[in-house]
Amino acid sequence: MTSSDFSIVLPEVLLAIYGMAALLFAVYTGKDKLAGLITWVTAAVFVIIALLIGLGGSGSNVAFDGMFIDDAFSRFGKVGVLLAGAAILVMSYDFLDKRGFAKFEYPILVLFSTIGMMVMVSSGDLMTLYVGLELMSLALYVIASFRRDSVKSTEAGLKYFVLGSLSSGLLLYGSSLVYGFSGTTSFAGIITVVQDEVPVGVLFGLVFVITGLAFKVSAVPFHMWTPDVYEGAPTPTTAFFATAPKLAAMGLFARVLHDAFGGVVGDWQQVIAVIAVASMFLGAFAGIGQTNIKRLMAYSSISHMGFALMGLAAGDALGVQSALVYMAIYVAMNIGVFAFIMTMERDGQPVTDIKALNLYWRTSPVKALALLILLFSLAGVPPMLGFFGKLFVLQAAWSAGLTYLAVFGVIASVIGAFYYLRIVYYMYFGAESEPLDKTKAPVAYALLAVSALIMLFGIINMFGVDGMAAIAADALVK
Amino acid sequence: MVGLEHYLTVAAALFVIGIFGLFLNRKNVIIILMSIEMILLSVNINLVAFSSFMGDLTGQIFTMLVLTVAAAEAAIGLAILVSFFRNRGTIDVEDVNVMKG
Repeated sequence: MTSSDFSIVLPEVLLAIYGMAALLFAVYTGKDKLAGLITWVTAAVFVIIALLIGLGGSGSNVAFDGMFIDDAFSRFGKVGVLLAGAAILVMSYDFLDKRGFAKFEYPILVLFSTIGMMVMVSSGDLMTLYVGLELMSLALYVIASFRRDSVKSTEAGLKYFVLGSLSSGLLLYGSSLVYGFSGTTSFAGIITVVQDEVPVGVLFGLVFVITGLAFKVSAVPFHMWTPDVYEGAPTPTTAFFATAPKLAAMGLFARVLHDAFGGVVGDWQQVIAVIAVASMFLGAFAGIGQTNIKRLMAYSSISHMGFALMGLAAGDALGVQSALVYMAIYVAMNIGVFAFIMTMERDGQPVTDIKALNLYWRTSPVKALALLILLFSLAGVPPMLGFFGKLFVLQAAWSAGLTYLAVFGVIASVIGAFYYLRIVYYMYFGAESEPLDKTKAPVAYALLAVSALIMLFGIINMFGVDGMAAIAADALVK
Repeated sequence: MVGLEHYLTVAAALFVIGIFGLFLNRKNVIIILMSIEMILLSVNINLVAFSSFMGDLTGQIFTMLVLTVAAAEAAIGLAILVSFFRNRGTIDVEDVNVMKG
């Protein structure tokens, strides 16, 4: 316990202190009248800390005897999580305020779950992994049931809580087996024990740990909570679920697989490949029948997680790099799409039926065009950035010798394109119906525009994300 | 003589009972919360048994963390359950079905 340890965890400590101070301040002064102020200040703090980490950090440092790792990989994850969190916070305020749910606890819960995600991507020990994961999940359970007068929202919270706790239980049981049969909980210790040959107890533990993490990234066969929770939770919460926690959980997945079990790639590669294929296909097929856009986005995210896992299944630095790039693009696309979903309303009430978008281009041609770009990007249509994300993971799988995985990926991506293109069809050629309101939500529209522009102009050099992901992947895979 | 494997067997049995309690129970959400608690306690038995037989304290520190988090988790679970009950008027597992998934 030296000062150098604390200087490494400084960003998390600062955020936690800010969170507690904001909570006390709001409770003793204006309470919910301060919701807007706290939302914007929290988002600003996120951006500042992200800049601090992104520009200030260098090299690989470990704190607390290897329990907490600060390297290029964790910095990539943290900056992504913080920026996504800030974007979601600023765009959700209008939505919550209009429905009388602009409470000051909302940004603070988002803040605490973000601290959990930052601990997750930095974890160097099964204990930090567990505590980070729970810090994230406990706050997420609460914001899923944030509209506590709505049956759907509380039911979503309850379902998420039960399945989330089950997954932590599985992960924990796996951790206990890994600890017992390898004699240590630190990743650095586990990797020295688990070389070439894996003790059977550790293998059991590994399977349980993968199961627990697959729940968190909503990969098939542990995806069943996703559609219900996405549909029932308030839209800002759904937007948050679809972005930052997915990025953090995928980062943690890569961290565990490479830092602790990097010596035995062959033992987990097949498992990850199978859940990747299953996720891609289930997401592609089950999304076809959906008419609720939030449920549809749930299946879309299951399918996208399958593609990111395909990158991890490659099991080398290129694979991790491609998964990181894929996740960054995925998060950028989802922020735009959810910014749009938040503004969908008719007579002041939120609508989620995709048929409500019928002939949307007549009333708002620019927004329809932005959404078209994002949907094409989600589907992986060539000129957009989403296509290059997919191409990159396919290349990684191909070069790792997993040709069948790449072939399945292409097929699943073609099938999955159907439901995105159907929304585009409704927007431009649908039947006549009552148009959507012209909602006033400048922040959400700004984010929609930014996200669409990123999908168009990112193809030039991906804003350098590609190179940063390469450095991050090299820091992780030795 | 009670050995490590006896402790592990008890823990595994509790774990499996917990999982079954979660999936086979059709009556009450409270029972689900109890099952989750049982799963976490089975993990604690595992950790303490390993820790004591290896003479390594890490497992017991881990147990303390798990106990703390389990308490927070139970509090949040019950809070969500109470607000669900206020809206729905029931906590039967069969009635958690507004959304089909």
